[in-house]
Amino acid sequence: MLTPTLTRIIALIVKEFLALLKDPKSRSVLIGPPFIQLIVFGYAATFELKDIPYAVYNEDRGAISRTLEAAFAGAPSFRRVATLSSKAEMAPLIDSRKVLLVIHIGQRFSDRLLSGGNSPVEAPMQVIIDGRNSNTAMVAMNYVRSIVDQFNRQWMRERGQAGMPAFLESRAWFNPNLESRWFFVPGIIGMLALITTILVTAMTVAREREQGTFDQLLVTPLRPAEILLGKTLPGFLIGMVQGTVILLIVTLWFKVPLLGSLPALYCGLALFLLSGVGVGLLISSLAVTQQQGLLGAFLFVVPAITLSGFATPIANMPPIVQAITRIDPLRYFMVILRKVFLEGAGFDVLAHQLWPMVLIGTTALALASWLFRHRMY
Amino acid sequence: MTPRTNALRKNGVMRLRALVNKEFLQIVRDPSSIAIAFLMPLFLLLLFGYGVSLDADHVPIAFVAEQPSADTRDFEASLLGSHYFSVVHPGSMPEAEQALREGTVNAIVRLRANFGERLRRPDGAPIQAIVNGVDANTARLTLGYLEGTWGNWLTRRAASNDKQLNTPVIMEQRIWFNSELKSRNFLVPGLVAIIMTLIGALLTALVMAREWERGTLEALLVTPATMTEILLGKIIAYFVLGTGGMLMTVGLAVWLFGVPLRGSFWLLWACASLFLLAALGMGLTISTLARNQFVAGQIAIVGTFLPAFLLSGFIFDIESMPTAVQAITHVVVARYFVSIVQTLFLAGDVWAVVLPNALALLLMAALFLGVTWRKSRKRLE
Amino acid sequence: MPGRLAGSLNMPDADPPILVVDHLTKSFATGKQRIQALDEVSFAVAPGVITGLIGPDGAGKTTLMRLAAGLLVPDSGTVSALGLDATRDSLAVQAALGYMPQRFGLYEDLTAQENLDLYADLQGVPKESRKDRYAELMHMTGLQPFVNRLAGRMSGGMKQKLGLACTLVRPPRLLLLDEPTVGVDPVSRRELWAIVNRLVAESGMSVLLSTAYLDEAERCQDVILLHEGKVLDRGPPARMSARMDGRAWSVVAPTQSLRALQMTLTETPGVVDALVQGEQVRIVTTARGFPEDLARRPEMAGNPIVPVAPRFEDVFVDMLRSRTESPEHPRHRPTARIGGDNSACDEAPVVIKVNELVRNFGDFRAVDGVSFDVRRGEIFGLLGANGAGKSTTFRMLCGLLPASSGHLEVAGLDLRHAAAAARERIGYMSQKFSQYTNLSVGQNLDFFASAYGLAGKRHREQQEWAEEEFDLGRYRHQLAGDLPLGYKQRLAMACALMHGPDILFLDEPTSGVDPLARREFWQRINALALAGVTVLVTTHFMEEAEYCDRLVIMAAGRILNMGDPATIKAAARSREHPQPSMEDAFIKLVENAA
Repeated sequence: MLTPTLTRIIALIVKEFLALLKDPKSRSVLIGPPFIQLIVFGYAATFELKDIPYAVYNEDRGAISRTLEAAFAGAPSFRRVATLSSKAEMAPLIDSRKVLLVIHIGQRFSDRLLSGGNSPVEAPMQVIIDGRNSNTAMVAMNYVRSIVDQFNRQWMRERGQAGMPAFLESRAWFNPNLESRWFFVPGIIGMLALITTILVTAMTVAREREQGTFDQLLVTPLRPAEILLGKTLPGFLIGMVQGTVILLIVTLWFKVPLLGSLPALYCGLALFLLSGVGVGLLISSLAVTQQQGLLGAFLFVVPAITLSGFATPIANMPPIVQAITRIDPLRYFMVILRKVFLEGAGFDVLAHQLWPMVLIGTTALALASWLFRHRMY
Repeated sequence: MTPRTNALRKNGVMRLRALVNKEFLQIVRDPSSIAIAFLMPLFLLLLFGYGVSLDADHVPIAFVAEQPSADTRDFEASLLGSHYFSVVHPGSMPEAEQALREGTVNAIVRLRANFGERLRRPDGAPIQAIVNGVDANTARLTLGYLEGTWGNWLTRRAASNDKQLNTPVIMEQRIWFNSELKSRNFLVPGLVAIIMTLIGALLTALVMAREWERGTLEALLVTPATMTEILLGKIIAYFVLGTGGMLMTVGLAVWLFGVPLRGSFWLLWACASLFLLAALGMGLTISTLARNQFVAGQIAIVGTFLPAFLLSGFIFDIESMPTAVQAITHVVVARYFVSIVQTLFLAGDVWAVVLPNALALLLMAALFLGVTWRKSRKRLE
Repeated sequence: MPGRLAGSLNMPDADPPILVVDHLTKSFATGKQRIQALDEVSFAVAPGVITGLIGPDGAGKTTLMRLAAGLLVPDSGTVSALGLDATRDSLAVQAALGYMPQRFGLYEDLTAQENLDLYADLQGVPKESRKDRYAELMHMTGLQPFVNRLAGRMSGGMKQKLGLACTLVRPPRLLLLDEPTVGVDPVSRRELWAIVNRLVAESGMSVLLSTAYLDEAERCQDVILLHEGKVLDRGPPARMSARMDGRAWSVVAPTQSLRALQMTLTETPGVVDALVQGEQVRIVTTARGFPEDLARRPEMAGNPIVPVAPRFEDVFVDMLRSRTESPEHPRHRPTARIGGDNSACDEAPVVIKVNELVRNFGDFRAVDGVSFDVRRGEIFGLLGANGAGKSTTFRMLCGLLPASSGHLEVAGLDLRHAAAAARERIGYMSQKFSQYTNLSVGQNLDFFASAYGLAGKRHREQQEWAEEEFDLGRYRHQLAGDLPLGYKQRLAMACALMHGPDILFLDEPTSGVDPLARREFWQRINALALAGVTVLVTTHFMEEAEYCDRLVIMAAGRILNMGDPATIKAAARSREHPQPSMEDAFIKLVENAA
């Protein structure tokens, strides 16, 4: 035999789900956008360069410069779109964004490289790059540098020359090929779970207020705490289900390795959803109409995502902004996602990320329930 | 055109002025308009101007010299001298690895015990660099900075030994338009597109849907005002508001954030106006399809704001996206404008960029405004 | 008929009609269904008079208005206004006529003056003539002191007058008013009618006014009775009600429970309608003359039967009853509770106790020291103009709003602080339909049964009872939002009653429903009251106030008068009004207070 409280809460949750799934407006929030966003984000969000358009202006006609040209031609990320015959052609190409960079090989490149014998004179080579997108420029420059380095090493090895007195031997942990998709895609789980739970919870109360059913609910024997619970659980459960579906897509479709503890990940997801639901209820305790709920959610979600370290590292932000990110629950979940997925972390590592979410979630829920009691008119 | 309808147009100017005036009064008095038109843009500007940055600075790295010597200290000095790094000194390699795992450092630079000795052997001494690859972009940048430091150290060392460094090809880099490679210089101009999308598409879709929802449009329709006048009233008001947003962004970009504006301001203004018209067209089209603020708001966010953020080249390079996604970006209006603003700000009046993109904007504006005009007859159905 | 007199110089009946509706048909798609809003409607409206378009919600009034204003395109048939085809020449028609939509078309975040300026600009009123016109309109509507107030901050009555002023800023030849009096208190309604009458009398304007209030029909020169998209009847109201001559009676029964008498009479063959009115029961019979056998019935013994003047509502009820062959008489709930006879009211225990109740919103005092008691088994009414504080009082009683000061008790408890279980004893039906529109009828019943803590067998039984009693079984799988209006009201009532409450709170329960549904509703309320359920009801239908045992009339947050209907009406008796109606009494009280 169920206790009356349990009967009431179950009835409320069943009703909430029926209302959510039957309402075309809510359905459209739940199903369409998250998956479109997952696919688009999954593919669009990348800082790698796969197709760098470049031009070569080779004033030297020697064989060696052609070897260097071949080194670029053989690199998979580079696509040669033009060969220049004068310096004047350079500017229009870069200005109009037809090429990202121009490789300029000077007149006596081969001569100087060959002239030296044991102590070769450096052969000049210039890379002119479009800095409009600073990040792209920086990444492309690194690619160019590594090709040139490789060329140099090979050159010296072939000629039995002593190499550099010291060389860099680099290795990347957790993501050996430095694929930025591995970085972005797990983050999408957190981002979409946040959007969905906040929208669902921010709208449920506003929808009831708009339709006048909220008063009807308040005059039933349901206690405020029961109503709050009935409003919290559906958003939470939907977030869990959506999180799981996206998790599967991330591992099976995008093939991001999931190394760490799944229970730890779910524990993080649950606490994160708790804080998301808390903020959502806070918004809905202030919003009178669904439109206000939507705007409120929007005004919270955009900064929450930008400040979460999803696309730009928190470490790069100025100290004040870094301090602000501490109240962003997504910030903590981002860390958990990446640590569990790529670094194979378990509970021991994640404790520091878990408790702030508990704190944010309970504070928001307490505030929301206080507001419900005091703004019931 | 009958003489009667001609007579009706006589008072068109007065009606239009009244409609525009009404819009402004509503904007000032409606908190959600203020939130979208003023608060959100300001917040984004501060966030992208001051907060968000892709440029890693003072990257925490752990330096481990297994057998400290003059050589290791020499290399360490060049790491310490670089503003890219902030160096910590764990006692041992396992401690350094622990720090990397915990995320307190982003990379480890390790010089083995025989570093000094191997430095003098022909095959050279390895400098081991281990980065945390989770954030691939930061990892790459860190490795790039390390390579730079390494190169400088070699050159300096060779010079102090009065020797030439044995480098066959020396790469000299010249970065045009943004020589310090500040990410702020490319993020802040792109914000013009985001902010004008907020005002032009999201806000306009909401306010037009509100007129449907509250029944005020019904009353407007039964006045001599034509649908064109009603739409024009909205377009003019939000055009002015959007231009205000653009001026604010450009002003703050130039004077507060020090982003150079190398191109012509008037050309920027003209292109921004074209973009704004297209955004307004989108907003009005959305609200004629969904006469409900909630649905209109949602379509506007998913259909205009998110693409402007993600698929316009504002943050992520379009060229690096898969072909299918690249194809989608062609219908994202903001894409054309982001390309124009970034060029006008940093490169100057490059007609080869401005003209084709402006043409695309013109077509988009005509398309969306045309759809709006066709779809909104003076009827309730 | 003042309009007729003033306009008699140009003989309105002979003039060409100002609006002609010819075989007009219009349907809308909602989901999978198509709703026939108008079905082959034809009529012509004479110039210089007020024509009423009368019918309950969903009759097609608004669709007809919108078609006349050229805002919709008909499926077939034509509308022409002022000699122009409203569909083809919509722009010209819209420029020539004045139209006030149901929600008045005001911009809520603009002030009254800014709204006026906007419409003056849109209507092309020359700047120089504005000052006089504004002064005239403000004088007419009495809004002068409020010109700088935001429209959103105005009461319903003020909005309605401002909406009218905006429509009239350039006097149109034809004025279309779509339900201008809905949700507006009697004082504002009377003022609006005075304005419209003056417009017609002074400037010969033609007015087409739609309304769901049947009593307003009597104020029109010509009436078109619309029901479910069809014209039921049309003509001057006096002629329509003439048909009911000799069929309306009043039975005075001082010794009996009027409610019991009314219930018996309603189910008696030969009676179309029976209503409690003050200390009498008003009866409408199917034929002229009082039926012999009815007069001989035991419960009528010795009661004087007096013929009374028919009302317009009688026409409508008679027509609807004859259309539905077997009139549905609701079965009444056999209740197990010991029903306190309501004639023994004075001895019954006090169930609701309100003492010096105050509620402030910022500086504004919405409820100002209200006190009253309600006894068990009473039907207690709260009457008042918009903004009088009755809804606020109501919400405080239900525990939806905390009181600023004062004391209130419902069943011995303050619902705001009481344990949730105390709320099991009350039922609540709000003004707006507030069941879940996107859940089916069955799901709604199921949810509310659970919310009231019904479980197991009792849950099942009560749900079955509700489906049967309110005839909702056949709609079980339909979405609540798609129900016809009358059934929505039944569903709301079923949800409020399923758990068998002792106290029922009803907030304007009958607004918008047709007279038949209203009668059925009140029969049910009566049965409940007889069974000992206490009912607290707010209403703006003055005749419904007559069904109450006792009522209070509120204005500006204070109680103006309290007592049974007869006492309240008696207080308004004067030389001009020897037999004042409840509306007369209400208006007199409000005017005296102001």
